[in-house]
Amino acid sequence: MKYTDEFRDPATAQRLIQEIRARATRPIRIMEFCGGHTHAIMRYGIRQALAPHVHMASGPGCPVCVTADTDIDYCIALARLPGVIVATFGDMARVPGSRSSLQEARAAGAEVRIVYSALDALELAREEPRRAVVMLGIGFETTAPTVAASIVRARELGLSNYYVYSMHKLTPPAMRSILDAGEVRLDAVLGPGHVTAIIGWRAWDFLPADYGIPCAVSGFEPLDILEAVRLLVELQGSEPRVVNAYSRGVTAEGNRVAQSLMSEVLEISPANWRGLGELPGSGLKLRPAYAAYDARLAFAVSPALSMEPASHPGCRCGEILRGVIEPPECRLFGRACTPARPIGPCMVSAEGACAAHYHYGSSLT
Amino acid sequence: MAEKIVLLAHGSGGLLSHELITSLFLKHLGNPILNALEDASAIPLADDQGRLVGQVVLTTDSYVVKPIFFPGGDIGKLAICGTVNDLAMRGAVPLYFSAGFILEEGLPFADLERVLTSMAATAQAAGVRIVAGDTKVVERGGADKLFINTAGLGLVPPGVHISASAARPGDVVILNGAIGDHGLTIMTQREGLRFETPLQSDCAPLNSLVSAMLAVSPRIHALRDPTRGGLATALNEIATQSGVGIEIEEIAVPIHEPVRAASDLLGLDPFYVANEGKLIAILEEGDAGPLLEAMRTHPYGQEAAIVGRVTTEHPGRVALRTLLGTRRLLGMLTGEQLPRIC
Repeated sequence: MKYTDEFRDPATAQRLIQEIRARATRPIRIMEFCGGHTHAIMRYGIRQALAPHVHMASGPGCPVCVTADTDIDYCIALARLPGVIVATFGDMARVPGSRSSLQEARAAGAEVRIVYSALDALELAREEPRRAVVMLGIGFETTAPTVAASIVRARELGLSNYYVYSMHKLTPPAMRSILDAGEVRLDAVLGPGHVTAIIGWRAWDFLPADYGIPCAVSGFEPLDILEAVRLLVELQGSEPRVVNAYSRGVTAEGNRVAQSLMSEVLEISPANWRGLGELPGSGLKLRPAYAAYDARLAFAVSPALSMEPASHPGCRCGEILRGVIEPPECRLFGRACTPARPIGPCMVSAEGACAAHYHYGSSLT
Repeated sequence: MAEKIVLLAHGSGGLLSHELITSLFLKHLGNPILNALEDASAIPLADDQGRLVGQVVLTTDSYVVKPIFFPGGDIGKLAICGTVNDLAMRGAVPLYFSAGFILEEGLPFADLERVLTSMAATAQAAGVRIVAGDTKVVERGGADKLFINTAGLGLVPPGVHISASAARPGDVVILNGAIGDHGLTIMTQREGLRFETPLQSDCAPLNSLVSAMLAVSPRIHALRDPTRGGLATALNEIATQSGVGIEIEEIAVPIHEPVRAASDLLGLDPFYVANEGKLIAILEEGDAGPLLEAMRTHPYGQEAAIVGRVTTEHPGRVALRTLLGTRRLLGMLTGEQLPRIC
């Protein structure tokens, strides 16, 4: 049996689904924080299989989706500067800013390169010594350590043409902000597996302690998710706690090496989230000791380019990211806004709730 | 609104490509033959009395793959296989080819010769002859090393009527092997994605397989090679063109372990990844047994399997029964397939 088959066995899945449906004595609402979970839940039809006993609500865990328009406009403006190459993860290239996207800027002549890790961007900087390479630092606690590592490595190599535009964000403050807003009633949270591998499951202790709801940290295979949901359903009515349903990847304390790398290079700052607004202590910026690599300080981008009007009217990505509405409730969904011609970022990213609903959730009739 | 410009996603083979073709190309160049949007166009041949005596099939394709050499093939092999396969998907016997080369200044002769050697070997294996050619050289930067265009002419044997619009409810859907190998091989070879995998392109000329299939089941309704846009997009094209629904069993679709591992890592869905040696065959259920047997004895059909069936439900759409036994829509590719972030 292959490793992946072990977590995709149809008979076990059916057994778990039956068990969850039998145990849920009232409709239970669970938010999956992570966009990777949203994607898997839709792709494997888990959402449909659990309804109406368990309702899975998508959360803000899509790095591209929560990036504010002003940041995207700034990235596009950076890419248009002569002598600058912007290196970015793929999804980000397609996100519409106020007027254009990075891929449109690329088609019009801007230098935008798709990379798969920050170390690829660093390599690009070595190959192009006469140009400035700006890595767009997108993502949560999962990608921040690799971006931090690239900065440390740039210093070791003595590179002076490598920069990072940090838009990194931290997940626990976002979860808190959603619960504090009180717009959605949640019975439990499906904790993000990759993020928690870095920060450790103790980071979610505030969910039972401050909000009285359980959290199950889950992997991304269908059986991982079903098992975590089963545990959350089982915990209803008993003392809430954090359970680690992803013990092959997650520990209580997390990855210390990654944590120390992050805190060596990055410090906590406020961050502007699409949908959640500015949240104190929810972002990461470069420490003063690494200011030479900070694209925010190195490039003066004209306000005329970056201070453009906010989101497209009618786009409800913000409410979708907070779990307040479901993607099909947005009147642009599937009509004006499709993955081929996205208006909001949630329709762009593979981790976006709208894209997942569009690809996998449409009715067949 | 900004001025419309061509984006890379317009070339991905998905919804945007389709829109570009219908809104611009067909608008200006359309005619009943082209408008059918088949892999290759059938042109009826009449004798001097006006009687229909057969069909020639014509197709053309341009090859811009990067890198030009990759595990399992190269741009030359691809330029023959791709065009051979487009002809074979109409049931035609591929015969005569043209080849046009756009060379970038600075391309080493050795690379060019390696590509030509590979083209010659593939053409011989497929039984086609290159009878017309053209070469242009552009300034450095005007092309990326080497682009190739091939056009192919083939003849449809009497009695064979294969079209992507001929799938009928009750038919079964057969796939000749595992999906995703070509696209993931290319993606992992591209600059920026440096990890070692045992992946190999499935690039192969499928005409001998199609001949073997037609020998046992001349009544095949539809054939399609799921290239750009992958299996999901090709199935959607058949469903739309035939006005039928298609149901696919995820568990029946062969996917090699390295493909599954690499696509999990990159956050890609193998159903949308390009293939260059795969075909979808649609035919009556009663004809499937002998066909599968014939396919499995052919080198390019060893993993052939029934992966689904054609239905009257949800015409124009494709449904997937997932590994978990749940059912969902399997839509077309809608943009570039991009790796995920976390």
